[in-house]
Amino acid sequence: MNEPLHIRTMAEFAAAGEVPEVLFWVGCAGSFDDRARKISKAFVRILNAAKVKFAVLGQEESCTGDPARRAGNEFLFQMQALNNVTVLNGYGVKRIVTACPHCFNTLKNEYPALGGSYEVLHHTQFINALLKEGRIKVEGGNFKGKRITFHDPCYLGRGNGEYEAPREVLLKLDAALVEMKRSRANGLCCGAGGAQMFKEAEPGNKEVNIERSEEALGMQPDIVAAGCPFCNTMLTDGVKHFNKEGEVQVKDVAELIAEAGDL
Amino acid sequence: MIAQVLFTALLLAGALLFARNFMRVRRNILLGRDVTINDRQGERWALMARVALGQSKMVVRPLAGILHIIVYAGFVIINIEVIEILIDGMFGTHRVLSFLGGFYDFLIGSFEWLALGVWVACVIFLVRRNIIKLKRFVMKELDGWPRTDANLILAAEIALMSAFLVMNAADLTLQQHGIEHYREAGSYPVSAWIAEQASFPAMVSGTLVLIERACWWFHIIGILAFLNYIVVSKHLHILLAFPNVWYSTLRPKTELVNMPRVTGEVRSMLDPSVQPPVVVAHTVAGVEMAERFGAKDVFDLSWKQLMDAYSCTECGRCTSVCPANLTGKLLSPRKIMMDTRDRLEEVGKVIDAKSKWEDDGKSLHVRITEEELWACTTCNACTEACPVNIDPVGIITDLRRYLVMEESRTRPALTGMFNNVENNGAPWAFGPDQRMKWTEQ
Repeated sequence: MNEPLHIRTMAEFAAAGEVPEVLFWVGCAGSFDDRARKISKAFVRILNAAKVKFAVLGQEESCTGDPARRAGNEFLFQMQALNNVTVLNGYGVKRIVTACPHCFNTLKNEYPALGGSYEVLHHTQFINALLKEGRIKVEGGNFKGKRITFHDPCYLGRGNGEYEAPREVLLKLDAALVEMKRSRANGLCCGAGGAQMFKEAEPGNKEVNIERSEEALGMQPDIVAAGCPFCNTMLTDGVKHFNKEGEVQVKDVAELIAEAGDL
Repeated sequence: MIAQVLFTALLLAGALLFARNFMRVRRNILLGRDVTINDRQGERWALMARVALGQSKMVVRPLAGILHIIVYAGFVIINIEVIEILIDGMFGTHRVLSFLGGFYDFLIGSFEWLALGVWVACVIFLVRRNIIKLKRFVMKELDGWPRTDANLILAAEIALMSAFLVMNAADLTLQQHGIEHYREAGSYPVSAWIAEQASFPAMVSGTLVLIERACWWFHIIGILAFLNYIVVSKHLHILLAFPNVWYSTLRPKTELVNMPRVTGEVRSMLDPSVQPPVVVAHTVAGVEMAERFGAKDVFDLSWKQLMDAYSCTECGRCTSVCPANLTGKLLSPRKIMMDTRDRLEEVGKVIDAKSKWEDDGKSLHVRITEEELWACTTCNACTEACPVNIDPVGIITDLRRYLVMEESRTRPALTGMFNNVENNGAPWAFGPDQRMKWTEQ
């Protein structure tokens, strides 16, 4: 589990005159946040198991600018975006996969207006395709029979209409998928979006992540599944708030697949 | 004859007043920034058919949705009857369309059932607002006029439907009495019952004619008055829902529209050989206005965003699913829309009085506080919930853009995040040299 991973960068691919199948856009959370790093590693294990020839940008990756844009700093967003587009186009990148719905939304929907058009996939969509193509196989495994409730990330679900991919992947675990009342298009935000992740919440009588975690815990799950590093943080904190971290795990869809059959 | 002249005069006056006020709303909407929305027209017509005409987002909440469809269908279909009322009123005829025979019976019968349905639905709506006091109908932003407005609309619809049914009850009784002018026509499933309960058959013809005429005049004057009330109330949604859905965004909900002028500025910053864009001034309401970064006032929002504000009927479905509002924060997406509309009305009154815009020293930010704006998670639950595809998140983002880019006002932690992104390329204080560390642990 803890051995260093050797991951090739776009620069290395370019130097070798090779083209990867897909670029893994790790994202800032996936690169720097301790919890989210585990999601990045789990996803890499899946990519390796499926023998996907992928690259990362490494030091050349920079924030997509999403939090700056949502917080009203359009200048900073566009500085980031234009620089990233230059790097991506410089390598001739065609296809990107990311484990962060915010990066996903920005790369997919907002970069085209700035000269960067790519095929962009959320990692749950990518994993789902690998499973369908038979490039990885997961049937039951360590999470067989567990109660799992999936929290829809706003930027994947409501924002981009993708509700099925993460659920189709989870169904492979042979687990009992239980839906919260507020799910899919009616899913409740974890509280991190719109740059809230990086600031104190405004005054109120409850934290949004507590409201959401309460609903998730109400499903009596063994696992709360997430598809976004920020949702993951918010829900992990929420589960801790109710002192349930011993019984209920908050896991990314990629981690569940990677750990199900020890990929 | 006098009645016919009076009727025609009233009709003309009502229609002219409506046209004048409606053009005023149109002028106010066009105070917004120009945007072109005419792509993918086939999809837009289909969306309008589904969401506005077909009420698809209303029935997400089945009880309110079905009751609303009854009122909506009733309103539209019973207005076919108004065609007959108009002809009768202008030419002194009575039930001029009764030559349609069996079909006429069918129409009048359906109108009666619908009128009863509207009546019952409006009573239930009043109960939900005033007795059950559903949370979204008793929130602070509805205090005062908005609550009265809602109740007035429901009361008016109940009064109009009552007049329609009582008119029919008197008419039917007169038909049964064999009074000339009241020839036998139509089928009256609901008003027959009303006539019986009110002992109409026992009344003399003179009284019945008086009741029938009084209700007829009340009904048509009521409709004209209501038509004019619509334009100055939240009830405008019955007209604007259709164009508002047609022009609504077909983009993914979380996609923010690019600001091309910023792109120009940033390109010139990154490459000194690129000239910065020329700031274009627009003449709005007789005044030259420079383009701003983000929105300070209604002039900085697009006309579509202003149409959104006028299309809002304050149902509060947005606010009832807003994570910020649910957890006690100040933000209410409905209030954002109401504030935008109220500010636009305020601006419109200045323009009415002075025939051009004169700065009144106020702006949208006088009504919408920073605490509200910074509470939004941009989760788009509000846009998903809105039955007429209003987008409060776009307005919130434009107001934030103004605060940040024109006033340098933000939350302290966000300033830190901006600095990190600018200096390290990440929202946290980790540099690019640490980007690959996750692979080593």
